[in-house]
Amino acid sequence: MAASKVIGRLLQSLSALLGGAFAMQGAKAAPLPPDHAEAMYHRYSGGGLTSDGPALLVRKNLLDKVSLTGQVYVDAVSNASVDVVTTASPYKERRTEYGLGLEYAVRDANITLGLASSKEPDYRADSFSVDVAQETFGGMTTVNLGFTRGADKVGQKTIGFFDQAKHWQYRIGVTQILTSRWMASANLEAIADSGYLGNPYRAARVFGAAVPENVPRTRSSRALNLRVIGDLGSRDAVRGSYRYFWDNWDVKSHTFEGGYSRYVGESFLLDGFLRHYRQGKASFYSDDAQVQNTYVTRNRQLGTYDGNTLGGKVTYSWKKVPGQYEIKFNGALEVLRYRYSDYTDLRSGSTYSLSASVLQLYVTANY
Amino acid sequence: MKRSLALLLGVATMLGGCAAPEPWVKPYERERLADPIMQWQGDLLASKNSQHVRDIREGARGANGVQGGGCGCK
Repeated sequence: MAASKVIGRLLQSLSALLGGAFAMQGAKAAPLPPDHAEAMYHRYSGGGLTSDGPALLVRKNLLDKVSLTGQVYVDAVSNASVDVVTTASPYKERRTEYGLGLEYAVRDANITLGLASSKEPDYRADSFSVDVAQETFGGMTTVNLGFTRGADKVGQKTIGFFDQAKHWQYRIGVTQILTSRWMASANLEAIADSGYLGNPYRAARVFGAAVPENVPRTRSSRALNLRVIGDLGSRDAVRGSYRYFWDNWDVKSHTFEGGYSRYVGESFLLDGFLRHYRQGKASFYSDDAQVQNTYVTRNRQLGTYDGNTLGGKVTYSWKKVPGQYEIKFNGALEVLRYRYSDYTDLRSGSTYSLSASVLQLYVTANY
Repeated sequence: MKRSLALLLGVATMLGGCAAPEPWVKPYERERLADPIMQWQGDLLASKNSQHVRDIREGARGANGVQGGGCGCK
């Protein structure tokens, strides 16, 4: 009981501190999301890697002021991807992530505190986050501020945990109602990392010989995402977004995405999207380095490539009692393909490309 | 310097004469915006899963509105 009072006072102090940064308009409480539950099976398959598992999320409101969210997410990985089979050995492992969120509504602001913990045999990541969403301008503008602090332990199966990494994420965003049918948003996120940021199992190539990769122990990145969504008036909606990313490793990328949603009959909702991703390589990335430098990696995630994703989703509203509950069944499939410009498949000698699919089957309930 | 100051004062004077804009979409006109199809992202776990798949395979990160836990999969 005493603990709950302390938490309540802390939240009030925090809300006064953070909420006061914006002009308050009116004294109504920002609405909390409804009680909600999701149960999902997810499966990724492609490029010699399979990852699947269950995930569960439950959100419950307390006293109309606080919403608690708990979630569990499991990844069972079987990895025989191209870099694993050419420089290491295939493996199987399991990652389990737990998350806890607490959302607090005060005046026109929602404050969310989050904790996350991810465990796998050779990596552990813990993070804490705080996000504030403040409605202003008669509810037409929502300003978001967020911060996440992460701390990881990095290990290797043969020697155990040997190093660490720390992460700082700063977010700011604005969502604006444009008309009674259109909304737009702009989000900026800066991320700073410090510590071991490579992969102890990964090998680079220098003069054709395999050597352990070595990447800088700090990284600083920025991402700007602009989005727009509109109701087309026939029980359908269209959305589009563009994200520009850049960092001090010299990685630059562009992401374009467009999607369309449409109700069909009383029970079905169909959704489709197309996504294009394009990236330039990090300054120290090389498929086969011909110069001896301090930093060198052959992590194809830091190479030059582009990728396309085509996705579709069907939602079936199974049971709905207005004002009481609604249960929906969802099936989603994404097909993705990445084409690498400067990553050689050492088995064939040709440039590598990856095709994969992501399947999501899940149930959602509002109550 | 004096020119910049004069310009600044001029702009401030002009803006001072402007009334703050009123919200032009009233709360009762926002019904369509609250519909589930008016969301940039899908359901929470599905968005998290899709974002995780991309985080592992792409060098870019952030500003996507999805919070995820870290992993050693980079």
